[in-house]
Amino acid sequence: MKVTVWGTRGSIPSPSPDNNHYGGNTSCVQVTTDDAFLVLDAGSGIRRLSGKIPEGTARVDLLLTHLHMDHIIGLGFFGPLYNSAITVNIYGPSSIREDLGTRLTRYLSPPLFPIRLQDLPCQLNLIEISHSEFQIGDLTIKSDYVCHPGPTLGYRIENSNSVLAYIPDHEPNLGSAHFPYEPNWTSGFDLAKNADLLFHDAQYTPEEYQPRVGWGHSSIPDALAFAKMTEVKRMYFFHHDPAHSDAQLDNLLKAAMKGKRFPFEVGIAAEGDEFEL
Amino acid sequence: MSANQIEIILSRQLADCLTVPVFLIDPNGELLFYNEPAEELLGKRYEEAGKMPMEEWSTIFNQADHEGNIIPPDELPLVTALKKQQPTHGEFYIKSLEGKKSRISVTAIPIIGRPDRFLGAMAIFWKNKES
Repeated sequence: MKVTVWGTRGSIPSPSPDNNHYGGNTSCVQVTTDDAFLVLDAGSGIRRLSGKIPEGTARVDLLLTHLHMDHIIGLGFFGPLYNSAITVNIYGPSSIREDLGTRLTRYLSPPLFPIRLQDLPCQLNLIEISHSEFQIGDLTIKSDYVCHPGPTLGYRIENSNSVLAYIPDHEPNLGSAHFPYEPNWTSGFDLAKNADLLFHDAQYTPEEYQPRVGWGHSSIPDALAFAKMTEVKRMYFFHHDPAHSDAQLDNLLKAAMKGKRFPFEVGIAAEGDEFEL
Repeated sequence: MSANQIEIILSRQLADCLTVPVFLIDPNGELLFYNEPAEELLGKRYEEAGKMPMEEWSTIFNQADHEGNIIPPDELPLVTALKKQQPTHGEFYIKSLEGKKSRISVTAIPIIGRPDRFLGAMAIFWKNKES
């Protein structure tokens, strides 16, 4: 399983000379195997990915965690949607009131966007999922709702060799009375357990988190505690705050690690990162 | 052991923050959690009681009507919310494990999660002022 990061920023695209290393594009991760071409989220990072899709690709599966703007803002710029030879399956969280197509059409229609979802030339399938398990090629996908405002999914993607857990927007501390000491009462636990690589929300410092409790994001110490609880092998910070520069992110990681030893590798996800699992 | 669904996790978090007794059960009727005010009502800490099957919690209170007649478990609001998946309200007397008798009102609601999954039920107890 090859994992490529195309966007890691949270909330809003925020390109800046100060964050060239980790990048300003919002959430987008590519997962490829011999049998599958997956894209996780359609943040602004998906535009660059469009240019790297191999010629002759017949099917792309796009898995959306949720429909907040930073996770779908790049959707209209995703090349395969405009190619009639490609089947695009878009998976997204089911909701009680409106189907996935109706919700996506709010963005992919005038006046917000010139082209309507229904007019896209690709072979488009919209698939609503929730507490689900399904197969894409040689990959088993497990999805489940996690603690974040509105219907929001986390994903566990596994094949016979490895497990990737992708929970970019998540506030486990809010949902658990005794976080991080009760795994079975912790949102997202089953998704991340023993993953080889976990991308997890680490948007805030503890000081930034306090006035934002309930906004659906994690402090860095909470993200590390979640990774420790779930016994992952590698954990990379994701959904970086738009106000955090490269230098600040490096300092935040350094501060979080100071005097501590974690039984897993810790890093900061950057645009262009590649992982072989 | 699998983690609970997010709707149940958040229900517990809500219960933890309330000053009225709250009980939380899974779709099989097993008692998943009760909060500190419920511990007072029950006379037993949650950590000591652990998970409890419906057969046990539905009789443990010695629930009775105002004439002292025992109320069958099937007529308890929480059991009705579980079996019929509908909100139910009731008033009756209970006796804690310590023998303390209280008159209470109970409102029980089914927990229906997204997209349409029955995940359990929650009961909120109010001790009536005259008890």
